[in-house]
Amino acid sequence: LAPWIPVVGLEIHAQISSNSKLFSGSQVQFAAPPNSLVSFFDASLPGTLPVLNRRCVEAAVMTGLALNCSINKKSLFDRKHYFYADLPAGYQITQQRVPIAVNGSLSYTLCIDNKMSQMVTKTVRIKQIQLEQDSGKSLHDDSRCQTLVDLNRAGVGLMEVVMEPDMCCGEEAAAAVRELQLILQTLGSSQAVMAEGQLRVDANVSVHHPGEPYGVRTEVKNINSIRFLAKAVDYEIRRQIEELENGGTILNETRAFDSKLGCTVPMRDKEGKQDYRFMPEPNLPPLILYDAKSLPANMNHQQVINIDWIHERLPDLPSVKREKLVEQYGILPEHSFTLLNEDGLAEFFESVVKQTQMKPKKVIGWILNDLLSYLKQHSLTVKESPVSSFLLADLLNLLEKKEISSTVAKRVLAELWKGEGKTPLEIVKEQKLELLQDQKELEQICQAVIDGQENEVIMMVLG
Amino acid sequence: QKVSVEVLDHLEHLALVDFRDSEGVERLQKAIQFADQLHEVNTDGVEPMDSVLEDRWCLYLREDDVTEGNCTKELLENAREKVEEYFVAPPGNIPLPKLEERDTFLQGS
Repeated sequence: LAPWIPVVGLEIHAQISSNSKLFSGSQVQFAAPPNSLVSFFDASLPGTLPVLNRRCVEAAVMTGLALNCSINKKSLFDRKHYFYADLPAGYQITQQRVPIAVNGSLSYTLCIDNKMSQMVTKTVRIKQIQLEQDSGKSLHDDSRCQTLVDLNRAGVGLMEVVMEPDMCCGEEAAAAVRELQLILQTLGSSQAVMAEGQLRVDANVSVHHPGEPYGVRTEVKNINSIRFLAKAVDYEIRRQIEELENGGTILNETRAFDSKLGCTVPMRDKEGKQDYRFMPEPNLPPLILYDAKSLPANMNHQQVINIDWIHERLPDLPSVKREKLVEQYGILPEHSFTLLNEDGLAEFFESVVKQTQMKPKKVIGWILNDLLSYLKQHSLTVKESPVSSFLLADLLNLLEKKEISSTVAKRVLAELWKGEGKTPLEIVKEQKLELLQDQKELEQICQAVIDGQENEVIMMVLG
Repeated sequence: QKVSVEVLDHLEHLALVDFRDSEGVERLQKAIQFADQLHEVNTDGVEPMDSVLEDRWCLYLREDDVTEGNCTKELLENAREKVEEYFVAPPGNIPLPKLEERDTFLQGS
């Protein structure tokens, strides 16, 4: 049987982290009373016009720069027409002709065979990033045969990041999205929390034999977590291979991932091939961005976005932070990978290192093995840890000064998890766990043991 | 050059317009003929124009402040049906009836 090459591309929608919406001044907030964060423009009432939010443009430029894109100094807005109850205007304002950023790349890390020690770096090309409006939310009430519409989300700014089909399996797709999520969170351009709909991923999947053209692709939607993304992609690859090996064909369709059944199903309500009748958005002129060279002399600063100014102020990206941790603290690359993978863990580690004499190479073991495994067991985030960096550093200092043994340190840590407010020293004293340093005291104890076990001692001496 | 029935049907689906009778279709064909005159101009090497104001029209950038919203009551006044503070819509898009079942000009064409 000829081998199959799976091909996976991704379309990711990231909600921009801003106070107000992309083209109106209504608030952006998760979970508010229905239709309370909606302006007349968002409801598409006649006589309203879009006004572009500066912060949204800056977020898209930051993201484009972080993903090594070329920023288009002139980009355009278009209307994409389709009918749906949560799209009151009957069209979405997007950037179809000339988006704000193009031709970038994203590097991500994979562990071979699930071994942390064997990490490999892969790259996926970023086709483009475009600014567009989010739609409202539809709540389907099947019992009453109706849909309830909440427009709070309508008009919120989105960055659509299009990743070329350079990936070949669920694991790669998941790792790429995870890295994008970390980058967006580091930049602050999006909080990228999938559970709150701030990061939505659609996967495009196809399979073909080596040397042959790409197969028909399907689009998979309704993926609600990174874990499900990997499952959905892998399922769809298997489904397509099975279908083709049984002599069937793949339809160019949209499928939804059913997380309960772990499979993809055709989506209803998709009326064949959509014709979006793209047209330029007549109410918005081109978006012009500047850099140090092209900066106009007489313009109001508030009306000017300088790409170079934004570039200079980009924070360290996760890949750079990881390298710095390895260099500064002498820890292994897989350690720094884990540190950045848990929200707040890198900061916790650095805080402990600052407050203890113990070498970072030793501290990392306590962070990754003891602290992290405890947090995972109890489903806690680093922020929710009952043991603060101060307490842990305190404990590690006792160990470093040889006042307690390593076994005792683990016992004390177990006590500290109870969060009863006791310091490590208090626990040690209470349970008399100190290592004895006094020579005389030690001799007395040894003598007492020997005295109490005369017969055994005689046996030992005789050989 | 006549517009085919398939194209008319497709347009009615996309734009939810109703060409209704032969007069409507005639009007459409005349409109297309009128627009086709654009093809008489050679536009090789010329950038498409987005606006007659060209460079003079600067896209205004708004500061990221919350200045509107909080008018649920007013917005819901427009709704024919509402449930609590939600707009009510049919369960999904109601598809245009198939060509054969429609009560308009295209049905007889």
